[in-house]
Amino acid sequence: MYVIKKKKQWSEKVFTCWIDAPWVARSASPGQFLVTINSCKGERIPMTIVDVDGDSIELLFQVVGKSTLELSRMNEGDSLYAVVGPLGNPSVLQKFDGPAVFVAGGIGVGPIYPIAKKAKEMGNKVISIMGSRSETLLVMTDQMREISDELLISTDDGSCGRKGFVTDLLREVLERDEKPSHIWAIGPAIMMKFVALTAKPFNVPLTVSLNPIMVDATGMCGVCRVYVNGENKLACVDGPEFDGYAVDYDGFMGRLTQYQEKEAVALKHYMELEG
Amino acid sequence: MADMLPIKERLKIKRHEMPTLDPEKRGKIFEEVPTGYTVEDAISEAQRCLQCKVATCMDGCPAQVRIPHFIEAIVAEDFEKALEELKVTNALPAVCGRVCPQETQCENTCVLEKQKRPVAIGRLERFVADWNRNNVGHKLPVCAPEGEIKGKVAIVGAGPAGIACAADLSKACYDVTVFEALHKVGGVLRYGIPDFRLPKDILDSEIDAIKETGVKFVTNVVVGNSITVDELALEYDAVFIGNGAGGPRMLGIPGENLNGVYSASEFLVRVNLMGARNFPDFDTPVNFGRKVVVFGAGNVAMDAVRTALRLGADEATIVYRRTKNEAPARDEEIMHAEEEGVKFHFLASPVKINGKNGRVASIICQLMKLGEPDSSGRARPVPDEGKTMEIEVDTVIVAIGQQANPIVAKSATGVRTDKRGYFVASLETGQTTREGVFAGGDIVTGAATVIEAVGAGKNAAQAIDRFIRSKKLSVAEEANK
Ligand SMILES: Cc1cc2nc3c(=O)[nH]c(=O)nc-3n(C[C@H](O)[C@H](O)[C@H](O)COP(=O)(O)OP(=O)(O)OC[C@H]3O[C@@H](n4cnc5c(N)ncnc54)[C@H](O)[C@@H]3O)c2cc1C
Ligand code: FES
Repeated sequence: MYVIKKKKQWSEKVFTCWIDAPWVARSASPGQFLVTINSCKGERIPMTIVDVDGDSIELLFQVVGKSTLELSRMNEGDSLYAVVGPLGNPSVLQKFDGPAVFVAGGIGVGPIYPIAKKAKEMGNKVISIMGSRSETLLVMTDQMREISDELLISTDDGSCGRKGFVTDLLREVLERDEKPSHIWAIGPAIMMKFVALTAKPFNVPLTVSLNPIMVDATGMCGVCRVYVNGENKLACVDGPEFDGYAVDYDGFMGRLTQYQEKEAVALKHYMELEG
Repeated sequence: MADMLPIKERLKIKRHEMPTLDPEKRGKIFEEVPTGYTVEDAISEAQRCLQCKVATCMDGCPAQVRIPHFIEAIVAEDFEKALEELKVTNALPAVCGRVCPQETQCENTCVLEKQKRPVAIGRLERFVADWNRNNVGHKLPVCAPEGEIKGKVAIVGAGPAGIACAADLSKACYDVTVFEALHKVGGVLRYGIPDFRLPKDILDSEIDAIKETGVKFVTNVVVGNSITVDELALEYDAVFIGNGAGGPRMLGIPGENLNGVYSASEFLVRVNLMGARNFPDFDTPVNFGRKVVVFGAGNVAMDAVRTALRLGADEATIVYRRTKNEAPARDEEIMHAEEEGVKFHFLASPVKINGKNGRVASIICQLMKLGEPDSSGRARPVPDEGKTMEIEVDTVIVAIGQQANPIVAKSATGVRTDKRGYFVASLETGQTTREGVFAGGDIVTGAATVIEAVGAGKNAAQAIDRFIRSKKLSVAEEANK
């Protein structure tokens, strides 16, 4: 089980792979995630479920540390030690009156894609906004274009689409006469925070999907806790989606840094062993 | 071979102490602390048993272990027979001999307890399991080869409740599949209780024996998400839910989300399940500081504080709002913690955690005093007005209890839970509010003990056997009409 069926490299650090994971594939819905473990000594890493096909699921990941580097070096035919899921709650979608806006920062496009796709299938007008630091880091634009009525792109350096941030594009969309009914935003915490600040004055409901540090990802350990409306919530079982105006982003970002030093140690140790 | 001594002689033998590793050395290593009886100790301790006609000790055991029988076999030096006797009712003797609170169970109802020197039943149980593992291996009673498969049962959760239920149903000739959310089986025995109390190879050997009887364990399946209880109920003749009370309970005080604040579950899961003490050989890290405080005084708190010491903390302190007398941990655990150098701050209740640059820097506690007894009969701690204390710390571990995890419940139509999310089920049979669905262990009682979970799993196994047989009977009768 958990065999890598297909693997694709998008850029130096961004990959997708299809993995055989029947227990996840049989019941995964947009908005949910899964956990992978590379080897018997591996850590449990939460990952996005981008797509499902038969018994296989598609993952999108960016190399940021030891485990993602190791995963990126595994080949088609190799097996992971475990894939567990689906986890978290599915997105709650409906047919909205106005357009639904999907804002994706970096590889946030992975989790946003299935939600936007489903929204489109339900007959919604889908406006997608994608952003990244530069063109080489933009992934899945073709897939996003296919399911969007309108696709807007921004890059920090202007190498593709508008030079600037997703929040600039979002503000313009919100200022249009045709008022959006709902916004989804998924990406780095700081981006979601600024999306919330940008959208707040327009009074459009905002959903964000949080990706804190997790261990079990089944509601047991509490490491994924985050204040939402002043109350502690577990992102893995109460989320991962929350009201984007209610999340304590600063607290959330603080907790993301917990293991920075250890992550560097792990990567160094791995490079020394594996080169 | 030793003969059973006359009663007068037996009464003269002193209760044998459990040998332990030297506290100085063991405080830094994960080696098991109690080292176990020698053969001579065990036989002599077994001689102390009076072989009462009415074995009151068994009343104290939720799994109804055949205590006088297994002890009699030890006296006869037939240790294999002793293990058989144990395994008639309990598939996990090496585990239970180590972690059961015998002092409040079988040893508390032993007739010699009146003289404050009960037979050391737990230590003997452990001895028998260990002797067999080291000398001849473990075997469990299996369904007779010609036995017809009576039905299919799904079990949710591979903790003690699920494992015990599976072992008994397998023995009774059912096809049993256990679904476990984590990548390893054992429940709290795997992820909660540390190696210095329960080495994991010992757990493995007892679980392997259960696998050999034909029980299938499917890991990495989160019931409620990967498959629902409703789907399982369609596919199997009966479902047993034993998913434990594995949700973290936090204090709800300011500063609780600062870096350096752990729930005990997170801390223990990182170290025990994920191998964090061997980081970076294992990928999962744990941050442990020089000055660690643990809130709470139950077994979980003792496990956390002793683990912190072993990971290298200079100072590890228990902060508890009542006194040592009310501490829910086993006396033995508190004693071991004290011997290893754990500090205790009784009558102090945390009210705030202060941070610096996003990390824990100190805790503020309200000092308490004991007031009137509460509903549990323990003296209720009340604030000693105006008295607070601040302790500088860099790691805080919260071990004040568990709460129900909602994932399984939300996928089980018609299975009622109470206000706190625990399943409503009969303690005698595990029957829930839905036909064919049974539950037991911590998810019914709230955090309790291993042996109570084992007992609940066993009771449910019997009820499931009755349920499936009567269901098949009525189906057959229908068909014959
Ligand atoms: C640190 C610690 C120390 C303890 N020390 C002692 C002690 O010394 N003596 C003692 O008697 N008791 C002790 N206890 C209590 C004892 O461990 C529990 O009462 C007992 O384990 C309960 O057994 P259970 O089978 O009900 O649940 P658990 O042991 O919690 O097992 C439940 C299993 O179900 C799995 N599960 C959960 N959700 C799902 C799902 N959705 N799908 C599939 N599987 C799922 C879990 O991963 C787990 O493996 C301790 C508890 C802890 C936490
Ligand atoms: S990751 Fe452990 S509770 Fe959410």
